[in-house]
Amino acid sequence: MTTAATLPIVIPLVAAAAALLTYRSVTAQRVIGIIASAAVAMVALWLVFTVDDGGTIVVSVGEWVPPLGIALVADRLAVLLLLTAAIALLAVLLYAVSQGETDHDFRGFHAVYQMLAAGVGLALLTGDLFTLFVAFEIMLTASYVLMTHRADGEETRSTLTYVVIGLVASALLLTAIAITYAVAGTVNLADLSTKLDEVPDGLRAGLGWLLFLVFGIKAAIFPLFFWLPDSYPLAPTPVTALFAGLLTKIGVYAIVRTQVLLFPSDGPATFMLVIAGLTMVVGVLGAIAQKDIKRILSFHIVSQIGYMIMGLAFFTVAGIAAAIVFIVHQIIIKASLFLVGGMVEESEGTGAIDAVSGVARRTPLIGVLFLPAALSLAGFPPLSGFVGKLALVEAGVDIEAWGIVAVSLFASVLTLFSMTKIWGGVFLGKAAEDAPRRLAPGMSWATAGMLAVSLVIALGAEPLIQYAERAAADLVDPVTYRNWVLGVRG
Amino acid sequence: MSWVIAITAGALFATGTYLLLQRLLSRIIVGLGLIAHGANLVLLGSGGPPGAPPIIEEGGVANYSDPLEQALVLTAIVITFAITAFLLALAYRSWIERGSDEVEDDLEDRRILSKSGKSR
Repeated sequence: MTTAATLPIVIPLVAAAAALLTYRSVTAQRVIGIIASAAVAMVALWLVFTVDDGGTIVVSVGEWVPPLGIALVADRLAVLLLLTAAIALLAVLLYAVSQGETDHDFRGFHAVYQMLAAGVGLALLTGDLFTLFVAFEIMLTASYVLMTHRADGEETRSTLTYVVIGLVASALLLTAIAITYAVAGTVNLADLSTKLDEVPDGLRAGLGWLLFLVFGIKAAIFPLFFWLPDSYPLAPTPVTALFAGLLTKIGVYAIVRTQVLLFPSDGPATFMLVIAGLTMVVGVLGAIAQKDIKRILSFHIVSQIGYMIMGLAFFTVAGIAAAIVFIVHQIIIKASLFLVGGMVEESEGTGAIDAVSGVARRTPLIGVLFLPAALSLAGFPPLSGFVGKLALVEAGVDIEAWGIVAVSLFASVLTLFSMTKIWGGVFLGKAAEDAPRRLAPGMSWATAGMLAVSLVIALGAEPLIQYAERAAADLVDPVTYRNWVLGVRG
Repeated sequence: MSWVIAITAGALFATGTYLLLQRLLSRIIVGLGLIAHGANLVLLGSGGPPGAPPIIEEGGVANYSDPLEQALVLTAIVITFAITAFLLALAYRSWIERGSDEVEDDLEDRRILSKSGKSR
């Protein structure tokens, strides 16, 4: 049964190959894509329960026993994010298929989409640093294609920024791995967690910050986020929604995994807290200054990353658990918000706040979908954003980190303000006379499905937080992780 | 890591960074290539001093060179190769679309500049 842990990587890869073979028929590609994504979601759901009951699943690829060879480690954190990612991947795919343009105009779409899914799966499940690099490359290369294939004229420049920044980060990551291997002689994360103890403090700290920097670029933390709001809004809606929901969060996951396991800190990391606070505030201020729905939402991606880093920087079980819950909530809510933004663009022809008004009256459904997502982002009870933020604030109060708690609440207020700007500008106001373009019902269903998941997070907050606390407890105790990966198994 | 590899990698990183900051897309791509080479070289150097081929024959394992980082670097080279080809294709399209290889100022920056009344 342990080989089931490889399915989230294998299924998308097979589907990608199948989608390439059937490039003549969009319908066949759609069926393959949806079946594959649904299957991955099922496997992920099964993994969540299995891992929670039966403990971490470790797969040694090619029977090379860790620390040799490649180990796939499905622990509580990895499978929870895997499930969330699979849900987002499925919902966005359904949205894209209903919208119809994205995959019809670009026959490589489904193949690339599944490659991205495979990269995400590998990044979450891998137990060694070099495979993490490879996973990021698979994921990012797929994202480069999705990002650039439609760009023309002015857009080429912004999408190129995205690609070039991604490549610089990859080269830095490779360098960081090289230095790690040079000082520790291994790239297996479990093995590294002991081997790095023998490394001089200065070198170890330097490595820690280098990895933080590299994954920070991918996660778009302050001050490394400038590429994100420039490039994300240019891609087709389903692509932007997927990137917004998933890619930066995988960067955060890599930060959490490496920092907690390899570079643990006894107390709250002040520098990281400062970065977290600045990310929140600068991101949200950037959002307030924007005049286009997707650009506003892109700046909010940055801002919300700050909350995740805040939870991590506490280096307590409660803090990390809160960060995990927050990542789960963000993957879902951020993707839904972009899907709603895309629906506005689809029905009105533009997402510019000045040019659109009265959508709530013209297409009430979009308003109904936008409101809960926006309030959840701002952290209103009883929605999923409230659950995440409350957990973070409680974790902060526990260790009396009043400064960052104040900053996070302040950023929440600004987030709400920025959401009312969209609401006031786009949804209220005078409705134009001409009839809005009709939306494919599947788009609304996919978005509504995501919001339903967000509601489930809010209603099932207690079990989710308890699960996240168990996951965080696994994380902060490297001995557990080491025993699972390196320990004697039958 | 041998001095030669260390210095070469340093030079590659420095030159690559310089080229990356240029305005011509073709130079940026060459710069990225050089940085990637630098990273690969560091990776190659991370395995310690060179030794005998790591194939089990007579004699001890003491003199073997480390095969792992060579495997890693091969993977990395393949990835770099593919990405560079992709970037060149992008640069070509950018050239077809806009008839120039130059990377323009940021749109937002230009707007802010024109608002502040200054022009370049």
